[in-house]
Amino acid sequence: MSKYSVIGTRVHRVDGPEKVTGSAKYTFDLVLPGMLYGKVLRSPYPHAKILKIDARKAKRLVGVKAVITGKDTIGRKQGIWRRFPELCDEEILCREKVRYIGDPVAAVAAIDEDTAEEALDLIDVEYEPLPAVFDPLEAIKEDAPQIHDGVELNININRHIEWGDVDEAFEKCDHIREDQYKCCPQAHVCMETHDAVVSYDYGGKMTVWTSTQSSYYIQRLMADMTGLREGDIRVIKPPTGGGFGSKFELDSAQFPAAILSMKLCKPIKIVLSREEEFTATKRRTPMYYYLKLGAKKDGTLLAKEARVITEGGAYTAMGATALYLTGFFSSFPYKYPNYRYDGYRAYTNTAPTSAMRGFGAPQSTFVGESQLDMMAEDLGIDPIEIRRKNGMTPNYEVPGQAFIQSCGLHQCLDKIETHIKERGKLPPNHGIGVSAYGFMSGGIFNWFDTPYAFSAAVVRINVDGKVDLFTGACDIGQGSDTTLSMICAEELGVKLEDIRIHAADTGICPPDLGAWGSRETLMNGNAVKRAAADCKRQLLEVAAAKMAPNIVYDFDIKDCWVHLVDRPERGVSYYDIVKEAIRGRDGNAIMGRGYYTPHRKGMISPAYSFGVQVAEVEVDPETGRYKLINVTTAHESGTVINPVGIEGQLEGAIMMAGGYGFCEDQPMDEGKILNPSIADYKLIRSLDMPETEILEIDTYEPEGPFGAKEAGEGLTNPTAGAIGNAVYKAVGVRINDLPITPEKVLRALKEKQKKSK
Amino acid sequence: MKKELKFKVNGQPYDIYVKPKTLLVEVLRDHLGLTGTKRGCNSSSCGACTVMLNGMAVKSCSMLALQANGADIMTVEGLAKGNKLHPLQEAFLDHGSYQCGFCTSGMLMALRALLEENPKPTKEQIKEGIDGNICRCTGYNSIIRAVTAVVKGEYKEAK
Repeated sequence: MSKYSVIGTRVHRVDGPEKVTGSAKYTFDLVLPGMLYGKVLRSPYPHAKILKIDARKAKRLVGVKAVITGKDTIGRKQGIWRRFPELCDEEILCREKVRYIGDPVAAVAAIDEDTAEEALDLIDVEYEPLPAVFDPLEAIKEDAPQIHDGVELNININRHIEWGDVDEAFEKCDHIREDQYKCCPQAHVCMETHDAVVSYDYGGKMTVWTSTQSSYYIQRLMADMTGLREGDIRVIKPPTGGGFGSKFELDSAQFPAAILSMKLCKPIKIVLSREEEFTATKRRTPMYYYLKLGAKKDGTLLAKEARVITEGGAYTAMGATALYLTGFFSSFPYKYPNYRYDGYRAYTNTAPTSAMRGFGAPQSTFVGESQLDMMAEDLGIDPIEIRRKNGMTPNYEVPGQAFIQSCGLHQCLDKIETHIKERGKLPPNHGIGVSAYGFMSGGIFNWFDTPYAFSAAVVRINVDGKVDLFTGACDIGQGSDTTLSMICAEELGVKLEDIRIHAADTGICPPDLGAWGSRETLMNGNAVKRAAADCKRQLLEVAAAKMAPNIVYDFDIKDCWVHLVDRPERGVSYYDIVKEAIRGRDGNAIMGRGYYTPHRKGMISPAYSFGVQVAEVEVDPETGRYKLINVTTAHESGTVINPVGIEGQLEGAIMMAGGYGFCEDQPMDEGKILNPSIADYKLIRSLDMPETEILEIDTYEPEGPFGAKEAGEGLTNPTAGAIGNAVYKAVGVRINDLPITPEKVLRALKEKQKKSK
Repeated sequence: MKKELKFKVNGQPYDIYVKPKTLLVEVLRDHLGLTGTKRGCNSSSCGACTVMLNGMAVKSCSMLALQANGADIMTVEGLAKGNKLHPLQEAFLDHGSYQCGFCTSGMLMALRALLEENPKPTKEQIKEGIDGNICRCTGYNSIIRAVTAVVKGEYKEAK
């Protein structure tokens, strides 16, 4: 029997009933009295000076209430790397220059969306088009157009990571491989597009309802960009229709709505269209990758070198973090004694690239796992064996970078090996590809420069025993409201239905950095657990006074029963103790506080998850088309808090990461995205979805709440690599640029035929 | 010039006046306040706006409201009977067949229509039934498990 009553059990999500009945109210659904609708005018040029904006005709249109441009702002630039002012480079409403097709130049508020849309056509913007550059390899050339003043060679940021002596180690290798790869962009495709309702009142207070991954970030960035005090801005996150990395920066729905609302003192709603979502929000970072890998004959990996140039698009966004993390995760999940990474992020006149689920690691895992399989083949070693030989183990230090406590990689490899053996001999043109990976449980870095704890929670127990949990964590669909409620209930020893969660409202919840970098379960989970423990301690004091046993006895609460740990039959009801405790404190409710900020945990993350995935494909050699038959994953995430949630994360990640390997792409012509609709942007639908199996792995992470760590983004890392390796096993061709489309497979098959003749 | 639209939504008769270019999804959401039906793309590609029209699944973002004149519409708000959830809704809760929830209403209506047409669909037929509905969170398989459980009779419809 589990020692836990709540965690590890299969529960309904706390937001389940409202979501399956359509009664959940998203930002998209909100209507306020007197509300006006906003629309954003965007640049049709990839790079141009704004000479003049004439909005007189638009303002005269019946129903139009205001038109704003960059001149109506206080003229600041924003960015999420707030510690580095030169990386805060995005105005959102451009004043002098536009840098990509879709850069906002003006916004309109009108009585309805149709009128606002009509008014956009009446705004005359005079541009002076400038030479533009779209490919990062072109952007870093001497004669390329300069996208931001003072940024030489358009290099936005670079990152270097190194340990050991790489050059000397390559000398000692028996075999060295050098390979080049290209990783494509990917759109988040949240089902709810970016949207916001902003209400600024005559008293100078602003309320923002928005679909976001971090209400605290939006509050802080909005304060930076409007000049309002942080405390005069309240950001509320209603149920949110997906994020995947796209929704934690101030965006072109939130900011123009705020400026319009400040001008009119009326609530303004802006909802981005699906086309704007594809062309004018951020996306997964495309990367050019060069990898050099050296090994001994027996498969021992001695050295690795990675050089990367990423397509930054027009602004920094979170792309600088992706540049860093792809470099760090290029060493995962193996013990390289010598490692060197050099990464450059180049500005280009394309839509900015930024965070997306996996955050640089899906790229590094695709390229690294593809190359490792080729290395194994060169050396005549089984793909599982080479991973086993070099894989990370518990209590391993990534030199100078990170300390890994729990690590179940080898258990994962064992289970996956058994799975492959059980599958037996494959039919013709089938292939199974392996891919191993790891990921972080929240970032330690504080480029945002928050003065607050990374996560915090407040727990209040009311007289009826009902528990109010206040947290800044953002449930964007991944289920943090449920997971955190479960952690709170378990720690306090009550039932899940005793918890009522209040989350992601900066007016009442303590700050939290939000849902990115797979941080909520570990970081916010620790904060919630500590806040609940604080409350529990207060209740146990009352219980001890009431029952007055020998003081050597410890008390605990489980299943709403406050009892002696060694004599569990001796106890009292939780509900009775709560009543007495509150009465005994002159009516003050029981309050507990908890927070979590990582210390002495290296530079990246306090804990890491690991896993191994295999994909089975069936390729039609006549057409290059292939089917994803089965994807099986052994993922270790420490103690499983919410098993239904993990299944959902895992299967959902396969849809998204499989799409990254299989079909998702954003082809461009002169900076214009050619497929800005769901009809043209191919993603995995139900008929393409493979069978998914989960192999359970048991690990315990000492740093995590009840031993838990991440289970969200890491799962997005392995699939493209597993598909690539599977296609190779099936028909013997390698595709080094994503996505692995039938056209590319067919072309490679034809080339292979030619060569063999 | 507004025109008369007479139809039933979730059993309730309505007689309203709408502009000819008004979409069915706009009438449901903006005129009747039935915001369970979502809009994800406005081009009938994502399925978030799926409702039932005379028993068939339709994309309400790509239909003029006046085309529904005389029709019987069911939206997600019509699935539960009073406070009793529909078996599909119960199964969705048990199987975690939703995450962000934005596609869920359309998904449920596509499935409700599928079961009306074919009460015993195979797994492949279930997949076909929701091929027009995108879910970016779940990867569909938990949805298919939920429907399979309903088809097997594990959930009883409220009388």
